[in-house]
Amino acid sequence: MNDSILKTIAVAFSVCLICSLVVSSSAVSLRDLQKENKLNDRRLKVLQVADIYDPSISISEQFSKLESKYIDFDSGRIFNEYKDFNIDEYDQIVVTKDSNLSSSVPASEDIAIIKNRENVGKIYILRNDINKIQKLILPIRGYGLWGTLYGFIAVENDFNTISGIEFYEHKETPGLGAEVDNPKWKSSWKGKKIYNNDQVALEVIKGKVELSDSDSMYKIDGLSGATLTSRGVTNMVAYWFSDSGYANLFRELDYES
Amino acid sequence: MSLKQYQEVIINPLIKENPITLQILGICSALAVTNNLSVTMVMCVAVTSVVSFSNLFISLIRNYIPSSIRIIVQMTIIASLVIVVDELLKAYDYETSKKLSVFVGLIITNCIVMGRAEAFAMKQKPLVSFFDGLGNGIGYSIILIGVAFIRELFGAGTLFGYEILPLVSNGGWYMGNNLLLLPPSSFIIIGLFIWLIRSLQKDQIEEDDFVVTKHSTTPDLSKREINV
Repeated sequence: MNDSILKTIAVAFSVCLICSLVVSSSAVSLRDLQKENKLNDRRLKVLQVADIYDPSISISEQFSKLESKYIDFDSGRIFNEYKDFNIDEYDQIVVTKDSNLSSSVPASEDIAIIKNRENVGKIYILRNDINKIQKLILPIRGYGLWGTLYGFIAVENDFNTISGIEFYEHKETPGLGAEVDNPKWKSSWKGKKIYNNDQVALEVIKGKVELSDSDSMYKIDGLSGATLTSRGVTNMVAYWFSDSGYANLFRELDYES
Repeated sequence: MSLKQYQEVIINPLIKENPITLQILGICSALAVTNNLSVTMVMCVAVTSVVSFSNLFISLIRNYIPSSIRIIVQMTIIASLVIVVDELLKAYDYETSKKLSVFVGLIITNCIVMGRAEAFAMKQKPLVSFFDGLGNGIGYSIILIGVAFIRELFGAGTLFGYEILPLVSNGGWYMGNNLLLLPPSSFIIIGLFIWLIRSLQKDQIEEDDFVVTKHSTTPDLSKREINV
């Protein structure tokens, strides 16, 4: 008899046991591969934004050309050791959930709506043949229309010229806000200037940038139909290049060189 | 089991008893994952393998499942298969699994999987159940690929990410249809497919639930007795 209590319990138990064995063994056996995928995905974006990605060479090999460094946002200093963290595994998004490792951004300053900012960030440095800094690759994030956009921005060694921008995670509308991934739009960032008289001037405007405009080096074409995403990107740039973001780092590096 | 029966369970769900256009099942994922063909293909493979194997395993133990807990047993098997598929995707096709995000997990709630388990696999032998799942999975895939083809080509001007119609925003001549990039457009396209299939296969047309009559202000006295 199939419907007896004992039989019911026995079937339920054995189905659960077998299913849980299958699920856990697949999860455990594939974990390393998944971890590597996740890491490579992020690294690929870093290489792309630094404009040094070569599909014929493995990602981890190319990535070793970049230097990973911690940066203290308040002082702008860069350093190699931070608590017990391994720099390859340090995730500045995860630490924003820990109040000892992050601080909440006052609402008046929180233009990019990130809520908490990590105390110590992680940046990547690309050096040229004579070991001088060629580019900095800086993580940025900020709220768009539907959610937070996460990405990287690359800055030339004058700490004022954009070299590239790349988003690795966002929830913007396909065809409208998701055009932040459009290669043509991304390439329009190259060569733009961030600061005008020490103020962040770079912005995504509404409509197209006129070439005759004397301020065109501070302006990026708006994404049509995506006013809020465009504004989000402007705010993100304004926040991360302000004193709460990477401005102290730039001063520190300027002083060094 | 005759060969004819195997043929039937595979071929019937393609058009004649298509799970999406006739049974209107699995619409949620048909809306969500069809703006890009390569993502859609991965989703189709995922759903087809889940529905085939869930049918197979449920059919294998069908004589031992107590009827009081049969739904939860089916769900457990389906959910385990979905998790395995999700783990495999994350390991071997990370890029696509990122785009599919929660929709792989949502295969668990795809009515096609549950529907086939309950309606077919609980009563039929394992092998024929497996092929029934395969047929239904392919039937689902045909519609999804059709929808994705239209949405990606006319929405983004690309197929599998390759540019076919150069967009104005990339310096071309084609103005992409933004509606097609948004999920509601799938409703319209699936509706058009249903229309097309039903005008070719007249036996799929359902009888009207009620007859539409001409509007009139005078009460219909013949119906009066029923109303009282």
